[in-house]
Amino acid sequence: MGKTATRVSYGNALVKYGIPNPNVVVLDADLSKSTKTDTFKKECPERFINMGIAEADMMCVAAGLASCGKIAFASTFAMFAAGRAFEQIRNSIGYPHLNVKIGATHAGISVGEDGASHQCLEDIGLMRTIPGMVVINPADDIEAQLAVKAAIEHDGPVYMRFGRLAVEDVNPADYKFELGKGVTLKDGTDVTLIGTGLMVQESLKAAELLAADGISARVINIHTIKPIDAELITKAAKETGAIVTAEEHYIMGGLGSAVSEVVCQNAPCPVKIIGTEQFGQSGKPAELFEAYGLTAENIAKQAREVIAKK
Amino acid sequence: MDAKRITELSIIANKVRKNALCGVYNAASGHPGGSLSIADVLTYLYFEEMNIDPKNPTMEDRDRFVLSKGHTAPALYGTLAERGFFDPAEMKNLRSFGSFLQGHPVLGKVPGVDMSTGSLGQGVCVAGGMALAAKLDNKDYRVYSILGDGELEEGQVWEQAMFAPHYKLDNFMIFVDNNGLQIDGDITKVMNPTPIDEKFKAFGWHVIKCSAHDFNELEAAVAEAKATKGKPTAVIMKSVKGKNVSFMENNAAWHGSAPNEEQYNQAIAELNEKIAGLEAQL
Repeated sequence: MGKTATRVSYGNALVKYGIPNPNVVVLDADLSKSTKTDTFKKECPERFINMGIAEADMMCVAAGLASCGKIAFASTFAMFAAGRAFEQIRNSIGYPHLNVKIGATHAGISVGEDGASHQCLEDIGLMRTIPGMVVINPADDIEAQLAVKAAIEHDGPVYMRFGRLAVEDVNPADYKFELGKGVTLKDGTDVTLIGTGLMVQESLKAAELLAADGISARVINIHTIKPIDAELITKAAKETGAIVTAEEHYIMGGLGSAVSEVVCQNAPCPVKIIGTEQFGQSGKPAELFEAYGLTAENIAKQAREVIAKK
Repeated sequence: MDAKRITELSIIANKVRKNALCGVYNAASGHPGGSLSIADVLTYLYFEEMNIDPKNPTMEDRDRFVLSKGHTAPALYGTLAERGFFDPAEMKNLRSFGSFLQGHPVLGKVPGVDMSTGSLGQGVCVAGGMALAAKLDNKDYRVYSILGDGELEEGQVWEQAMFAPHYKLDNFMIFVDNNGLQIDGDITKVMNPTPIDEKFKAFGWHVIKCSAHDFNELEAAVAEAKATKGKPTAVIMKSVKGKNVSFMENNAAWHGSAPNEEQYNQAIAELNEKIAGLEAQL
Protein backbone atom coordinates (compact mmCIF):
# COMPACT_ATOMS: atom_id res chain seq x y z
CA MET A 1 0.00 0.00 0.00
CA GLY A 2 1.32 3.43 -0.94
CA LYS A 3 1.37 6.66 0.97
CA THR A 4 0.07 9.83 -0.64
CA ALA A 5 -1.05 13.23 0.62
CA THR A 6 -4.58 13.88 -0.60
CA ARG A 7 -3.47 17.32 -1.84
CA VAL A 8 -1.23 15.46 -4.29
CA SER A 9 -4.22 13.34 -5.30
CA TYR A 10 -6.14 16.57 -5.87
CA GLY A 11 -3.53 17.92 -8.27
CA ASN A 12 -3.30 14.62 -10.12
CA ALA A 13 -7.07 14.26 -10.35
CA LEU A 14 -7.41 17.77 -11.77
CA VAL A 15 -5.11 16.67 -14.58
CA LYS A 16 -6.73 13.27 -15.04
CA TYR A 17 -10.39 14.26 -14.86
CA GLY A 18 -10.25 18.02 -15.27
CA ILE A 19 -8.26 18.43 -18.46
CA PRO A 20 -10.55 16.22 -20.61
CA ASN A 21 -13.52 18.40 -19.60
CA PRO A 22 -13.14 21.70 -21.48
CA ASN A 23 -15.33 23.52 -18.96
CA VAL A 24 -12.99 22.90 -16.04
CA VAL A 25 -10.90 25.87 -14.93
CA VAL A 26 -8.63 25.98 -11.90
CA LEU A 27 -8.04 29.02 -9.71
CA ASP A 28 -5.43 29.33 -7.02
CA ALA A 29 -4.37 32.10 -4.65
CA ASP A 30 -0.57 31.95 -4.96
CA LEU A 31 -0.36 28.51 -3.37
CA SER A 32 -0.31 26.24 -6.40
CA LYS A 33 2.95 24.56 -5.37
CA SER A 34 1.39 23.65 -2.02
CA THR A 35 -2.17 22.88 -3.12
CA LYS A 36 -0.65 20.92 -6.04
CA THR A 37 -2.76 22.70 -8.62
CA ASP A 38 0.59 23.42 -10.25
CA THR A 39 0.31 19.99 -11.89
CA PHE A 40 -2.77 21.26 -13.73
CA LYS A 41 -1.07 24.58 -14.44
CA LYS A 42 1.84 22.78 -16.13
CA GLU A 43 -0.41 20.68 -18.33
CA CYS A 44 -3.11 23.22 -19.04
CA PRO A 45 -1.89 26.79 -18.38
CA GLU A 46 -4.64 28.33 -20.51
CA ARG A 47 -7.26 27.12 -18.02
CA PHE A 48 -5.30 27.99 -14.87
CA ILE A 49 -5.90 31.36 -13.22
CA ASN A 50 -3.60 32.68 -10.55
CA MET A 51 -5.59 35.07 -8.39
CA GLY A 52 -2.71 36.31 -6.28
CA ILE A 53 -3.19 36.34 -2.53
CA ALA A 54 -6.85 37.29 -2.72
CA GLU A 55 -9.18 34.54 -1.53
CA ALA A 56 -12.32 36.67 -1.27
CA ASP A 57 -11.94 37.77 -4.87
CA MET A 58 -11.07 34.22 -5.93
CA MET A 59 -14.33 32.76 -4.62
CA CYS A 60 -16.34 35.47 -6.35
CA VAL A 61 -14.42 35.22 -9.64
CA ALA A 62 -15.00 31.45 -9.49
CA ALA A 63 -18.71 32.19 -9.06
CA GLY A 64 -18.66 34.50 -12.08
CA LEU A 65 -16.91 31.89 -14.19
CA ALA A 66 -19.39 29.24 -13.06
CA SER A 67 -22.33 31.49 -13.92
CA CYS A 68 -20.98 31.52 -17.49
CA GLY A 69 -20.80 27.74 -17.77
CA LYS A 70 -17.41 26.93 -16.27
CA ILE A 71 -16.74 24.26 -13.65
CA ALA A 72 -14.52 26.39 -11.47
CA PHE A 73 -12.13 24.79 -8.99
CA ALA A 74 -11.03 27.36 -6.41
CA SER A 75 -8.03 26.24 -4.42
CA THR A 76 -6.29 27.45 -1.33
CA PHE A 77 -5.65 26.30 2.21
CA ALA A 78 -8.78 25.28 4.12
CA MET A 79 -8.21 28.11 6.57
CA PHE A 80 -8.43 30.75 3.84
CA ALA A 81 -11.20 29.02 1.89
CA ALA A 82 -13.77 28.06 4.51
CA GLY A 83 -12.44 30.55 7.05
CA ARG A 84 -11.43 33.78 5.39
CA ALA A 85 -13.84 33.51 2.46
CA PHE A 86 -16.80 31.97 4.28
CA GLU A 87 -19.19 34.75 3.47
CA GLN A 88 -18.16 34.92 -0.18
CA ILE A 89 -18.75 31.17 -0.42
CA ARG A 90 -22.12 31.49 1.29
CA ASN A 91 -23.46 34.47 -0.62
CA SER A 92 -21.79 34.25 -4.03
CA ILE A 93 -21.49 30.46 -4.44
CA GLY A 94 -23.95 28.75 -2.08
CA TYR A 95 -26.93 31.11 -2.34
CA PRO A 96 -26.97 31.20 -6.17
CA HIS A 97 -26.02 27.47 -6.16
CA LEU A 98 -23.17 27.90 -8.62
CA ASN A 99 -20.96 25.17 -9.97
CA VAL A 100 -17.87 26.01 -7.95
CA LYS A 101 -15.68 23.28 -6.47
CA ILE A 102 -13.60 24.38 -3.53
CA GLY A 103 -10.36 22.45 -3.23
CA ALA A 104 -9.28 23.16 0.34
CA THR A 105 -5.90 21.72 1.18
CA HIS A 106 -3.84 21.73 4.37
CA ALA A 107 -6.93 21.05 6.45
CA GLY A 108 -6.76 19.87 10.02
CA ILE A 109 -4.07 19.52 12.61
CA SER A 110 -1.87 17.39 10.36
CA VAL A 111 -0.59 20.60 8.76
CA GLY A 112 1.83 20.29 11.66
CA GLU A 113 4.67 22.74 11.99
CA ASP A 114 2.82 25.82 10.64
CA GLY A 115 0.81 25.87 13.86
CA ALA A 116 -2.67 26.91 14.85
CA SER A 117 -3.04 29.85 12.44
CA HIS A 118 -2.98 27.38 9.56
CA GLN A 119 -4.60 24.34 11.18
CA CYS A 120 -8.18 24.67 10.02
CA LEU A 121 -10.39 22.70 12.40
CA GLU A 122 -13.73 24.35 11.73
CA ASP A 123 -14.19 24.08 7.97
CA ILE A 124 -16.50 21.05 7.95
CA GLY A 125 -18.81 22.82 10.38
CA LEU A 126 -18.76 26.07 8.44
CA MET A 127 -19.36 24.49 5.05
CA ARG A 128 -22.02 22.11 6.33
CA THR A 129 -24.24 25.04 7.31
CA ILE A 130 -24.56 26.28 3.73
CA PRO A 131 -27.69 24.87 2.06
CA GLY A 132 -26.89 22.81 -1.03
CA MET A 133 -23.16 22.56 -0.30
CA VAL A 134 -21.64 19.10 -0.63
CA VAL A 135 -18.80 18.45 1.83
CA ILE A 136 -16.26 15.70 1.16
CA ASN A 137 -13.31 14.68 3.33
CA PRO A 138 -11.50 11.86 1.53
CA ALA A 139 -9.38 9.31 3.38
CA ASP A 140 -6.76 8.35 0.84
CA ASP A 141 -5.40 8.81 -2.65
CA ILE A 142 -7.97 6.94 -4.67
CA GLU A 143 -10.86 8.37 -2.69
CA ALA A 144 -9.55 11.90 -3.11
CA GLN A 145 -9.13 11.43 -6.85
CA LEU A 146 -12.58 9.96 -7.25
CA ALA A 147 -14.03 12.77 -5.14
CA VAL A 148 -12.67 15.25 -7.68
CA LYS A 149 -14.23 13.22 -10.48
CA ALA A 150 -17.55 13.13 -8.63
CA ALA A 151 -17.34 16.88 -8.00
CA ILE A 152 -16.95 17.52 -11.72
CA GLU A 153 -19.99 15.35 -12.42
CA HIS A 154 -22.10 16.92 -9.65
CA ASP A 155 -24.03 20.06 -10.57
CA GLY A 156 -23.61 22.52 -7.70
CA PRO A 157 -21.13 23.67 -5.11
CA VAL A 158 -18.77 21.15 -3.52
CA TYR A 159 -16.24 21.60 -0.72
CA MET A 160 -13.38 19.11 -0.79
CA ARG A 161 -11.03 18.82 2.17
CA PHE A 162 -7.52 17.62 1.49
CA GLY A 163 -4.51 17.08 3.72
CA ARG A 164 -0.85 18.00 3.58
CA LEU A 165 0.36 14.80 5.24
CA ALA A 166 1.04 11.63 3.23
CA VAL A 167 -1.42 8.96 4.35
CA GLU A 168 -1.68 5.23 3.80
CA ASP A 169 -4.22 3.83 1.40
CA VAL A 170 -7.31 2.40 3.03
CA ASN A 171 -9.28 1.62 -0.10
CA PRO A 172 -8.58 -1.05 -2.72
CA ALA A 173 -7.44 -0.19 -6.23
CA ASP A 174 -10.87 -1.07 -7.65
CA TYR A 175 -12.63 1.20 -5.14
CA LYS A 176 -15.95 2.66 -6.26
CA PHE A 177 -16.72 6.09 -4.86
CA GLU A 178 -20.31 7.11 -4.47
CA LEU A 179 -21.12 10.66 -3.40
CA GLY A 180 -23.15 10.67 -0.19
CA LYS A 181 -22.61 6.98 0.57
CA GLY A 182 -20.60 5.79 3.54
CA VAL A 183 -18.39 2.74 3.22
CA THR A 184 -18.45 -0.13 5.70
CA LEU A 185 -14.82 -1.21 5.84
CA LYS A 186 -15.27 -3.86 8.52
CA ASP A 187 -18.39 -5.40 9.98
CA GLY A 188 -18.92 -5.63 13.72
CA THR A 189 -21.64 -5.89 16.35
CA ASP A 190 -20.52 -4.26 19.62
CA VAL A 191 -19.72 -0.71 18.53
CA THR A 192 -19.37 1.34 15.34
CA LEU A 193 -16.28 3.42 14.71
CA ILE A 194 -17.02 6.17 12.19
CA GLY A 195 -14.03 7.99 10.77
CA THR A 196 -13.45 10.60 8.12
CA GLY A 197 -10.27 11.64 6.36
CA LEU A 198 -7.13 10.29 7.93
CA MET A 199 -9.06 9.14 10.99
CA VAL A 200 -10.46 6.30 8.86
CA GLN A 201 -7.08 4.59 9.01
CA GLU A 202 -6.91 5.11 12.78
CA SER A 203 -10.42 3.73 13.19
CA LEU A 204 -9.40 0.57 11.33
CA LYS A 205 -6.38 0.20 13.62
CA ALA A 206 -8.59 0.81 16.65
CA ALA A 207 -10.88 -2.02 15.51
CA GLU A 208 -7.87 -4.34 15.52
CA LEU A 209 -6.97 -3.27 19.05
CA LEU A 210 -10.55 -3.90 20.15
CA ALA A 211 -10.64 -7.28 18.40
CA ALA A 212 -7.67 -8.35 20.51
CA ASP A 213 -9.93 -7.78 23.54
CA GLY A 214 -12.78 -9.71 21.95
CA ILE A 215 -14.76 -6.60 21.04
CA SER A 216 -16.36 -6.61 17.60
CA ALA A 217 -16.16 -3.13 16.08
CA ARG A 218 -17.78 -2.05 12.85
CA VAL A 219 -15.79 0.54 10.90
CA ILE A 220 -17.45 3.05 8.60
CA ASN A 221 -15.75 5.60 6.39
CA ILE A 222 -17.86 8.72 5.97
CA HIS A 223 -16.13 10.59 3.14
CA THR A 224 -19.19 12.68 2.30
CA ILE A 225 -20.17 14.55 5.43
CA LYS A 226 -22.92 16.36 3.59
CA PRO A 227 -25.22 14.94 2.41
CA ILE A 228 -24.52 12.33 5.07
CA ASP A 229 -25.43 8.67 4.68
CA ALA A 230 -28.19 8.67 7.29
CA GLU A 231 -29.37 5.21 6.34
CA LEU A 232 -26.02 3.54 6.97
CA ILE A 233 -25.49 5.43 10.24
CA THR A 234 -28.99 4.68 11.53
CA LYS A 235 -28.51 1.00 10.74
CA ALA A 236 -25.19 0.99 12.59
CA ALA A 237 -26.75 2.72 15.61
CA LYS A 238 -29.56 0.17 15.73
CA GLU A 239 -27.33 -2.86 15.21
CA THR A 240 -24.35 -1.97 17.40
CA GLY A 241 -25.96 0.41 19.92
CA ALA A 242 -22.83 2.53 20.40
CA ILE A 243 -20.85 4.88 18.16
CA VAL A 244 -17.47 6.58 18.26
CA THR A 245 -16.70 9.26 15.68
CA ALA A 246 -13.18 10.47 14.91
CA GLU A 247 -12.12 13.47 12.88
CA GLU A 248 -9.33 15.96 12.49
CA HIS A 249 -11.73 18.80 13.31
CA TYR A 250 -13.34 20.49 16.27
CA ILE A 251 -15.82 18.34 18.11
CA MET A 252 -18.41 21.00 17.28
CA GLY A 253 -19.93 21.11 13.83
CA GLY A 254 -18.04 18.34 12.08
CA LEU A 255 -18.50 14.62 11.53
CA GLY A 256 -19.42 13.97 15.16
CA SER A 257 -22.16 16.59 15.03
CA ALA A 258 -23.44 15.31 11.70
CA VAL A 259 -23.56 11.71 12.97
CA SER A 260 -25.21 12.80 16.22
CA GLU A 261 -27.90 14.69 14.31
CA VAL A 262 -28.75 11.46 12.51
CA VAL A 263 -28.51 9.19 15.54
CA CYS A 264 -30.44 11.30 18.02
CA GLN A 265 -33.31 11.74 15.58
CA ASN A 266 -33.46 8.19 14.23
CA ALA A 267 -31.96 5.69 16.65
CA PRO A 268 -30.64 7.26 19.87
CA CYS A 269 -27.61 5.52 21.33
CA PRO A 270 -24.43 6.57 23.17
CA VAL A 271 -22.07 8.53 20.90
CA LYS A 272 -18.53 9.64 21.69
CA ILE A 273 -17.11 12.39 19.51
CA ILE A 274 -13.34 12.43 19.11
CA GLY A 275 -11.83 15.60 17.73
CA THR A 276 -10.02 18.69 18.90
CA GLU A 277 -11.30 21.12 21.51
CA GLN A 278 -8.59 23.79 21.46
CA PHE A 279 -6.48 25.66 18.94
CA GLY A 280 -3.63 23.50 17.70
CA GLN A 281 0.10 24.21 17.89
CA SER A 282 3.31 23.57 16.01
CA GLY A 283 4.69 20.08 16.01
CA LYS A 284 5.07 16.95 13.93
CA PRO A 285 1.71 15.50 12.90
CA ALA A 286 2.29 12.33 14.94
CA GLU A 287 3.05 14.39 18.04
CA LEU A 288 -0.10 16.44 17.51
CA PHE A 289 -2.31 13.39 16.94
CA GLU A 290 -1.00 12.00 20.21
CA ALA A 291 -1.51 15.29 22.08
CA TYR A 292 -5.10 15.72 20.86
CA GLY A 293 -6.21 12.11 21.13
CA LEU A 294 -6.47 11.47 17.40
CA THR A 295 -5.01 7.98 17.67
CA ALA A 296 -6.17 4.39 17.30
CA GLU A 297 -5.41 3.87 21.00
CA ASN A 298 -7.71 6.70 22.05
CA ILE A 299 -10.46 5.61 19.66
CA ALA A 300 -10.26 2.10 21.15
CA LYS A 301 -10.31 3.51 24.70
CA GLN A 302 -13.33 5.68 23.96
CA ALA A 303 -15.04 2.72 22.31
CA ARG A 304 -14.72 0.68 25.49
CA GLU A 305 -16.23 3.57 27.48
CA VAL A 306 -19.12 4.14 25.11
CA ILE A 307 -19.91 0.41 25.09
CA ALA A 308 -20.15 0.58 28.88
CA LYS A 309 -22.88 3.22 28.54
CA LYS A 310 -25.14 1.00 26.45
CA MET B 1 -27.67 60.88 -29.31
CA ASP B 2 -30.52 62.88 -30.77
CA ALA B 3 -32.68 65.01 -28.53
CA LYS B 4 -35.77 62.88 -29.08
CA ARG B 5 -34.03 59.74 -27.90
CA ILE B 6 -32.71 61.53 -24.85
CA THR B 7 -36.25 62.61 -24.02
CA GLU B 8 -37.51 59.06 -24.50
CA LEU B 9 -34.80 57.65 -22.25
CA SER B 10 -35.49 60.33 -19.65
CA ILE B 11 -39.14 59.29 -19.59
CA ILE B 12 -38.16 55.64 -19.14
CA ALA B 13 -35.70 56.50 -16.36
CA ASN B 14 -38.42 58.37 -14.49
CA LYS B 15 -40.74 55.38 -14.91
CA VAL B 16 -37.95 53.23 -13.48
CA ARG B 17 -37.82 55.63 -10.52
CA LYS B 18 -41.58 55.30 -10.07
CA ASN B 19 -41.28 51.51 -10.17
CA ALA B 20 -38.51 51.59 -7.59
CA LEU B 21 -40.47 53.87 -5.26
CA CYS B 22 -43.63 51.80 -5.73
CA GLY B 23 -41.68 48.77 -4.53
CA VAL B 24 -40.06 50.48 -1.56
CA TYR B 25 -43.29 52.19 -0.50
CA ASN B 26 -45.36 49.01 -0.60
CA ALA B 27 -42.62 47.05 1.15
CA ALA B 28 -42.31 49.85 3.71
CA SER B 29 -38.58 49.18 3.53
CA GLY B 30 -35.72 49.28 1.07
CA HIS B 31 -33.23 51.71 -0.38
CA PRO B 32 -34.71 54.56 -2.40
CA GLY B 33 -31.82 57.07 -2.44
CA GLY B 34 -29.24 54.96 -4.27
CA SER B 35 -31.93 53.47 -6.48
CA LEU B 36 -32.90 56.87 -7.81
CA SER B 37 -29.27 57.83 -8.44
CA ILE B 38 -28.64 54.88 -10.79
CA ALA B 39 -31.93 54.93 -12.71
CA ASP B 40 -30.42 56.79 -15.67
CA VAL B 41 -27.39 54.56 -16.15
CA LEU B 42 -29.51 51.42 -15.82
CA THR B 43 -31.90 52.83 -18.38
CA TYR B 44 -29.02 53.62 -20.72
CA LEU B 45 -27.51 50.14 -20.38
CA TYR B 46 -30.74 48.15 -20.71
CA PHE B 47 -32.42 50.27 -23.39
CA GLU B 48 -29.47 51.40 -25.53
CA GLU B 49 -26.44 49.32 -24.92
CA MET B 50 -26.70 45.77 -23.72
CA ASN B 51 -27.25 42.77 -25.94
CA ILE B 52 -30.08 41.15 -24.02
CA ASP B 53 -33.45 39.62 -24.80
CA PRO B 54 -36.30 39.96 -22.30
CA LYS B 55 -37.94 36.92 -23.88
CA ASN B 56 -34.77 34.87 -23.37
CA PRO B 57 -33.17 36.19 -20.18
CA THR B 58 -30.51 33.45 -20.07
CA MET B 59 -29.49 33.84 -23.73
CA GLU B 60 -26.02 32.29 -23.90
CA ASP B 61 -23.87 35.10 -25.21
CA ARG B 62 -25.82 38.01 -23.76
CA ASP B 63 -24.07 40.91 -22.13
CA ARG B 64 -24.02 40.55 -18.36
CA PHE B 65 -24.90 43.04 -15.66
CA VAL B 66 -24.11 42.71 -11.97
CA LEU B 67 -25.55 45.16 -9.47
CA SER B 68 -22.70 45.10 -6.98
CA LYS B 69 -24.55 47.63 -4.82
CA GLY B 70 -27.31 45.06 -4.52
CA HIS B 71 -29.36 47.03 -2.00
CA THR B 72 -30.54 49.23 -4.87
CA ALA B 73 -32.40 46.27 -6.32
CA PRO B 74 -35.58 48.40 -6.66
CA ALA B 75 -33.91 50.30 -9.50
CA LEU B 76 -32.69 47.12 -11.21
CA TYR B 77 -36.08 45.44 -10.87
CA GLY B 78 -37.78 48.64 -12.01
CA THR B 79 -35.57 48.70 -15.11
CA LEU B 80 -36.05 45.03 -15.92
CA ALA B 81 -39.82 45.49 -15.58
CA GLU B 82 -39.84 48.48 -17.95
CA ARG B 83 -37.67 46.51 -20.39
CA GLY B 84 -40.22 43.69 -20.46
CA PHE B 85 -38.57 41.00 -18.37
CA PHE B 86 -41.64 40.91 -16.14
CA ASP B 87 -44.84 42.83 -15.44
CA PRO B 88 -44.20 46.21 -13.75
CA ALA B 89 -47.29 45.48 -11.61
CA GLU B 90 -45.06 43.01 -9.73
CA MET B 91 -43.14 45.91 -8.22
CA LYS B 92 -45.72 46.35 -5.49
CA ASN B 93 -44.79 42.87 -4.20
CA LEU B 94 -41.15 43.82 -3.65
CA ARG B 95 -39.78 42.29 -0.44
CA SER B 96 -43.05 40.57 0.38
CA PHE B 97 -43.30 36.94 1.43
CA GLY B 98 -43.41 34.59 -1.54
CA SER B 99 -42.47 37.25 -4.09
CA PHE B 100 -39.68 36.60 -6.57
CA LEU B 101 -38.63 40.20 -6.00
CA GLN B 102 -36.45 39.56 -2.96
CA GLY B 103 -34.93 42.41 -0.99
CA HIS B 104 -31.66 41.94 -2.85
CA PRO B 105 -31.15 40.49 -6.36
CA VAL B 106 -31.27 36.70 -6.71
CA LEU B 107 -29.91 34.71 -9.62
CA GLY B 108 -32.44 32.27 -11.01
CA LYS B 109 -35.41 33.91 -9.35
CA VAL B 110 -35.71 37.24 -11.14
CA PRO B 111 -35.68 37.11 -14.96
CA GLY B 112 -32.77 39.24 -16.15
CA VAL B 113 -30.76 39.15 -12.93
CA ASP B 114 -27.32 37.70 -13.72
CA MET B 115 -26.04 37.35 -10.16
CA SER B 116 -27.21 37.33 -6.56
CA THR B 117 -25.77 40.33 -4.77
CA GLY B 118 -26.29 42.32 -1.63
CA SER B 119 -23.12 41.73 0.34
CA LEU B 120 -21.03 44.67 -0.79
CA GLY B 121 -17.79 44.11 -2.66
CA GLN B 122 -18.71 40.70 -4.01
CA GLY B 123 -20.70 41.55 -7.12
CA VAL B 124 -17.89 43.40 -8.84
CA CYS B 125 -15.60 40.40 -8.26
CA VAL B 126 -18.18 38.02 -9.72
CA ALA B 127 -18.53 40.36 -12.69
CA GLY B 128 -14.77 40.16 -13.21
CA GLY B 129 -15.11 36.37 -13.32
CA MET B 130 -17.80 36.68 -16.00
CA ALA B 131 -15.55 38.95 -18.05
CA LEU B 132 -12.73 36.41 -17.73
CA ALA B 133 -15.10 33.63 -18.86
CA ALA B 134 -15.83 35.58 -22.04
CA LYS B 135 -12.10 35.97 -22.68
CA LEU B 136 -11.40 32.27 -22.06
CA ASP B 137 -14.11 31.32 -24.53
CA ASN B 138 -13.16 33.99 -27.10
CA LYS B 139 -16.64 35.42 -26.90
CA ASP B 140 -17.46 39.05 -27.38
CA TYR B 141 -20.06 39.61 -24.72
CA ARG B 142 -19.39 42.46 -22.33
CA VAL B 143 -19.87 42.71 -18.59
CA TYR B 144 -21.14 45.74 -16.71
CA SER B 145 -21.33 46.38 -13.00
CA ILE B 146 -22.45 49.28 -10.81
CA LEU B 147 -20.79 49.88 -7.45
CA GLY B 148 -21.58 52.38 -4.76
CA ASP B 149 -18.93 54.88 -3.76
CA GLY B 150 -19.30 53.78 -0.15
CA GLU B 151 -18.87 50.20 -1.37
CA LEU B 152 -15.30 51.08 -2.32
CA GLU B 153 -14.54 50.86 1.39
CA GLU B 154 -14.86 47.07 1.10
CA GLY B 155 -11.34 45.65 0.77
CA GLN B 156 -12.18 43.00 -1.77
CA VAL B 157 -13.16 45.66 -4.31
CA TRP B 158 -9.44 46.40 -4.53
CA GLU B 159 -8.57 42.74 -4.95
CA GLN B 160 -10.73 42.86 -8.06
CA ALA B 161 -9.29 46.25 -8.97
CA MET B 162 -5.92 44.47 -9.27
CA PHE B 163 -7.36 41.41 -11.00
CA ALA B 164 -9.23 42.95 -13.95
CA PRO B 165 -6.29 44.99 -15.34
CA HIS B 166 -3.91 42.07 -14.67
CA TYR B 167 -5.98 39.87 -16.97
CA LYS B 168 -6.55 42.75 -19.42
CA LEU B 169 -10.33 42.49 -19.17
CA ASP B 170 -11.21 45.19 -21.69
CA ASN B 171 -14.69 43.67 -22.00
CA PHE B 172 -15.37 44.76 -18.43
CA MET B 173 -16.80 48.13 -17.45
CA ILE B 174 -17.74 49.33 -14.01
CA PHE B 175 -19.69 52.39 -12.95
CA VAL B 176 -19.11 53.95 -9.56
CA ASP B 177 -22.27 55.66 -8.37
CA ASN B 178 -20.53 58.63 -6.84
CA ASN B 179 -23.38 60.26 -4.94
CA GLY B 180 -21.08 61.05 -2.02
CA LEU B 181 -23.33 59.62 0.67
CA GLN B 182 -23.45 56.38 2.59
CA ILE B 183 -25.69 55.32 5.48
CA ASP B 184 -23.77 57.19 8.14
CA GLY B 185 -23.33 60.30 6.02
CA ASP B 186 -20.71 61.92 3.80
CA ILE B 187 -18.36 59.27 2.40
CA THR B 188 -15.32 61.47 2.99
CA LYS B 189 -16.22 61.73 6.67
CA VAL B 190 -17.20 58.09 7.27
CA MET B 191 -14.15 56.50 5.57
CA ASN B 192 -12.76 58.57 2.78
CA PRO B 193 -12.40 56.55 -0.45
CA THR B 194 -11.29 59.57 -2.52
CA PRO B 195 -9.59 60.26 -4.85
CA ILE B 196 -11.56 57.48 -6.55
CA ASP B 197 -10.39 58.23 -10.09
CA GLU B 198 -6.72 58.28 -9.18
CA LYS B 199 -7.03 55.04 -7.23
CA PHE B 200 -8.48 53.17 -10.20
CA LYS B 201 -5.89 54.75 -12.51
CA ALA B 202 -3.13 53.58 -10.20
CA PHE B 203 -4.58 50.05 -10.30
CA GLY B 204 -4.36 50.07 -14.10
CA TRP B 205 -7.89 50.93 -15.18
CA HIS B 206 -8.93 53.29 -17.92
CA VAL B 207 -10.84 55.93 -16.00
CA ILE B 208 -13.63 58.18 -17.24
CA LYS B 209 -15.48 60.80 -15.24
CA CYS B 210 -18.98 61.75 -16.24
CA SER B 211 -22.42 62.67 -15.00
CA ALA B 212 -24.71 59.83 -13.98
CA HIS B 213 -27.68 61.81 -15.27
CA ASP B 214 -26.55 62.82 -18.78
CA PHE B 215 -27.30 60.26 -21.50
CA ASN B 216 -24.86 61.83 -23.93
CA GLU B 217 -22.05 61.54 -21.43
CA LEU B 218 -23.02 57.95 -20.56
CA GLU B 219 -23.11 57.06 -24.25
CA ALA B 220 -19.69 58.62 -24.80
CA ALA B 221 -18.27 56.82 -21.78
CA VAL B 222 -19.45 53.42 -23.01
CA ALA B 223 -18.13 54.12 -26.50
CA GLU B 224 -14.76 55.12 -25.05
CA ALA B 225 -14.66 51.98 -22.90
CA LYS B 226 -15.39 49.79 -25.92
CA ALA B 227 -12.60 51.48 -27.85
CA THR B 228 -10.14 50.99 -24.99
CA LYS B 229 -8.14 47.82 -25.50
CA GLY B 230 -6.08 45.87 -23.00
CA LYS B 231 -7.60 47.27 -19.82
CA PRO B 232 -10.97 47.51 -18.09
CA THR B 233 -12.78 50.82 -17.72
CA ALA B 234 -14.02 52.45 -14.55
CA VAL B 235 -16.53 55.25 -14.95
CA ILE B 236 -16.76 57.51 -11.95
CA MET B 237 -20.26 58.92 -12.30
CA LYS B 238 -21.12 62.02 -10.36
CA SER B 239 -24.64 61.37 -9.22
CA VAL B 240 -27.34 62.79 -7.01
CA LYS B 241 -28.64 60.45 -4.36
CA GLY B 242 -32.44 60.54 -4.50
CA LYS B 243 -32.33 62.10 -7.99
CA ASN B 244 -35.59 63.67 -9.26
CA VAL B 245 -37.48 63.53 -5.98
CA SER B 246 -36.97 66.94 -4.41
CA PHE B 247 -37.01 65.99 -0.76
CA MET B 248 -34.85 62.89 -1.25
CA GLU B 249 -32.06 64.56 -3.23
CA ASN B 250 -28.67 64.66 -1.50
CA ASN B 251 -30.12 63.43 1.77
CA ALA B 252 -28.44 60.39 3.37
CA ALA B 253 -31.57 59.82 5.46
CA TRP B 254 -33.17 58.34 2.31
CA HIS B 255 -30.45 55.73 1.92
CA GLY B 256 -32.48 53.00 3.55
CA SER B 257 -35.88 54.26 4.59
CA ALA B 258 -39.23 54.08 2.87
CA PRO B 259 -41.51 57.05 2.26
CA ASN B 260 -44.83 57.28 4.10
CA GLU B 261 -48.04 57.63 2.08
CA GLU B 262 -47.88 61.40 1.87
CA GLN B 263 -44.22 61.39 0.87
CA TYR B 264 -44.81 58.64 -1.66
CA ASN B 265 -47.69 60.52 -3.25
CA GLN B 266 -45.58 63.65 -3.47
CA ALA B 267 -42.66 61.74 -5.01
CA ILE B 268 -44.92 60.12 -7.60
CA ALA B 269 -46.54 63.47 -8.36
CA GLU B 270 -43.13 65.04 -8.95
CA LEU B 271 -42.06 62.21 -11.24
CA ASN B 272 -45.39 62.29 -13.11
CA GLU B 273 -44.93 65.99 -13.64
CA LYS B 274 -41.44 65.40 -15.06
CA ILE B 275 -42.75 62.67 -17.33
CA ALA B 276 -45.60 64.86 -18.56
CA GLY B 277 -43.16 67.68 -19.29
CA LEU B 278 -40.89 65.32 -21.22
CA GLU B 279 -43.78 63.78 -23.15
CA ALA B 280 -44.85 67.25 -24.19
CA GLN B 281 -41.45 67.63 -25.86
CA LEU B 282 -41.95 64.59 -28.04
